[in-house]
Amino acid sequence: MSLSPTQSCYHCGLPLPESGRYFALIEGKRQAMCCPGCQAVAEAIAGGGLASYYRTRTTYGPRLAADAQRERADLALYDRPEVQAGFVRRIAQHEHEATLILEGITCAACIWLNEQHLSRLRGMLSVQINYATRRARVRWDPQSIQLSEILARIAAIGYRAWPASRAGAEESAKREARAALWRVFVAGFGMMQVMMYAVPAYLAAEGTMSDDIRLLMRLASLVLTVPVVFYSAAPFFRGAWRDLRLRRLGMDVPVALGVGVAFAASVAATFTGGAEVYFDSITMFVFLLLCARYLEMRARQKAAASLEYLDKALPLAAHRLSAYPTSMDSEEVPAVTLQRGDLVLVRPGESFPADGSIVQGETESDESLLTGESHPVHKRTGAEVTGGAVNRVSPVVVRVERVGEDTRVSAICRLVERASGQRPRITELTDRVAAWFVAAVILIAGASALVWLRVDATRALWVAVAVLVVTCPCALSLATPTALTVALGRLARRGVVAARGHAIQALAQVTHVVFDKTGTLTEGRLALTAVHALAGMTSERCLGLAAALEAGSEHPIAAALLTVASPQASRDPAAELRNVPGAGVEALIAGARHRIGTRTFVSALAGVPTGEQTTETCNATRVWLGREGEWLACFEFADRIRPQAHAIVQRLRDGGRQVLILSGDAPPAVEAVARRLGVESFEAGLSPEDKQARVQALQRAGACVAMVGDGVNDAPVLAQAQLSVAMGGGALLSQANADVVLLSGRLQGLVDALGIAEQTRRIVQQNLVWALGYNIVALPLAVTGLVTPWMAGIGMGASSLLVVLNSLRLVDAKPAQEQGSFEQATQPGG
Amino acid sequence: MDILYLLIPLSVVLVFLIGALFWWSLRSGQFDDLEGPAHRILQDDDDAKGD
Repeated sequence: MSLSPTQSCYHCGLPLPESGRYFALIEGKRQAMCCPGCQAVAEAIAGGGLASYYRTRTTYGPRLAADAQRERADLALYDRPEVQAGFVRRIAQHEHEATLILEGITCAACIWLNEQHLSRLRGMLSVQINYATRRARVRWDPQSIQLSEILARIAAIGYRAWPASRAGAEESAKREARAALWRVFVAGFGMMQVMMYAVPAYLAAEGTMSDDIRLLMRLASLVLTVPVVFYSAAPFFRGAWRDLRLRRLGMDVPVALGVGVAFAASVAATFTGGAEVYFDSITMFVFLLLCARYLEMRARQKAAASLEYLDKALPLAAHRLSAYPTSMDSEEVPAVTLQRGDLVLVRPGESFPADGSIVQGETESDESLLTGESHPVHKRTGAEVTGGAVNRVSPVVVRVERVGEDTRVSAICRLVERASGQRPRITELTDRVAAWFVAAVILIAGASALVWLRVDATRALWVAVAVLVVTCPCALSLATPTALTVALGRLARRGVVAARGHAIQALAQVTHVVFDKTGTLTEGRLALTAVHALAGMTSERCLGLAAALEAGSEHPIAAALLTVASPQASRDPAAELRNVPGAGVEALIAGARHRIGTRTFVSALAGVPTGEQTTETCNATRVWLGREGEWLACFEFADRIRPQAHAIVQRLRDGGRQVLILSGDAPPAVEAVARRLGVESFEAGLSPEDKQARVQALQRAGACVAMVGDGVNDAPVLAQAQLSVAMGGGALLSQANADVVLLSGRLQGLVDALGIAEQTRRIVQQNLVWALGYNIVALPLAVTGLVTPWMAGIGMGASSLLVVLNSLRLVDAKPAQEQGSFEQATQPGG
Repeated sequence: MDILYLLIPLSVVLVFLIGALFWWSLRSGQFDDLEGPAHRILQDDDDAKGD
């Protein structure tokens, strides 16, 4: 395992420079180093008496980061209380704890090196490094050492460390998961062992088992059932007690009642020599139910985790440029202290600390965390950037525009919080149904006990227990929430936030999709769609002339022209440029007078238009080009349809939904969009009241309407529709009052959401049908005494488990409406 | 069959022992890092002198 060839740096393994002037004394030998950085690191390691690291390592050591000196200043940030609030736990006055993420750990020797190095610092109370997660948990005394000093010491031996922020939520989720797993383990282990004692009693022929042995077996079962009932089943008892105190009936009540009664009766039977004990049934029932609950909890935590990262998207520190543009010297400040108008430098690989716009530079921004969009977005100077997105390519200077609560990330977090705070109507409904169900179950159990007392008193109690257990509506109560939770998590990963509790349910019922703005289907800016050359000149030549005329103009049409006209097309210099507002531009090109603009403006120069030019073929914005005595060309511009719009409309149709456009925009524009997308029902020039009336009319005819817009305007219409969908665009998001928000601004999200909702609805339906059907079959059997408690336990537990497992199918099932062919289908749509 | 009078209580005791053992190992974080200890055993910190 020797890693000390003579030709390379003893520490990092890189080739040695010619000069060979860097050395470090390690275990009495002079070892060659490649640079002052490695020399410093090696000396720090050897000086700390940790040179044996070099004997046991299996990979070369990390190089000192080039900007280590600069970082030293940054580290002081982490001593500020407002920054520490995010990740430091105060255990006692002289004991603080934090979790650090370590970078540069490549082998086990690194762990040892860091642990030894840190634990020798004065004021360091404990260091634990987890090899698997590369996380260090450190405890220190703030009186004698600062966190920045700890981080600096780690940097001094070539590693990098930074605090893992807000580890609290993760920790508590881990604790919850660990406790739940332990409960399942206790119940499962108890169940297996109790079964061992129960089986001989079931199998033994009459008279082959002595009473002593029977008693001993029952006592053993009792001892093993005690922890299962009092520890594993404790959540059921607590839940039942809470429900009773609030004077309502939840599904924990019959579970607790069934387990409690069965246990008490079995204990009594053990000591009085009763005929039957059911310790095996109790443990099995508890085990199966806990399995279902454990899976449900895991799904919940996973769904929460897919949104939790949003909270951590904003970086802790930012580089503020106080003297820009005269100097590029940056100063490290906590991101929370940034204010509107501040200029910050964002290096590649860093996250933008706030929403803002690029003042200098050009880069690509990776917004996948926020929108689910995997392609980085190109950002030019002046472009808006979103806090939390990652700068991918080159350093940029950003002017901060929105901070803290106003940022897009915060808005998304609030939306998500609001959604999770609202219980979907369907869950409330099943809960109410379950409450009645529970009441009925308890009454029926009581009634059948009374009846059986007359028929066969010895069996009365067990029949009652069997009825309680077998018909408890656990599956019914788990049927909906589990499926909805899983679906929410999955939507979130695709950049779709269901901001209201009922959104998924409503999505599945949508019959009419109404686009309330053409802007949701188009890109919202003009683009050149056609060039008609009229005088035998090539289109390129016409474009070149037009570009020359429009070169100085800032009109949207000029911008559209200039993006298309290729630089190669001869751009003759235009002289005597004259701009006539509302009409066009006139100039001298190559000695001839040219005009571009409206038809009247150009015809004044070119003469009477021919028949061909007068026909209005479609509703596009037209611009004409002419010179003295001659028409040259006609350019058509239109708001370009979003690349995916065609395919989306088709997909919505295929799903059996109607697509409509109800817009307030001018009729020609709306008609053009509708024609090109093949949408037959469209209306233009509508006021908000008109739109609301149209939606109402649709609803009266039995439609479930989803309104797709930017989510800000037309509040009455959005409120009228059963479901409002907003395309999340920048700042607008914070005011968005929609049920569903498409963070990526892509229509594909809508189709995904509809597909997932549809699947969720199917699974919820399956679950409910199963839960109800099971109860309908089981109840009469239990009442008539055909179901023994152990059968009841298996039946109910397995039924709950089945429902949860069915819901978990949603996690990675492919929705019916998204197949691979989609990508190709979108290509011609541009 | 008399041996059952011993074996049954013994099995109960064993179950609790095993349970307690598992609980202790879960609590002391032995299942948190399943990779590190395998490497750490190779390090000897005897010759690491304190400063």
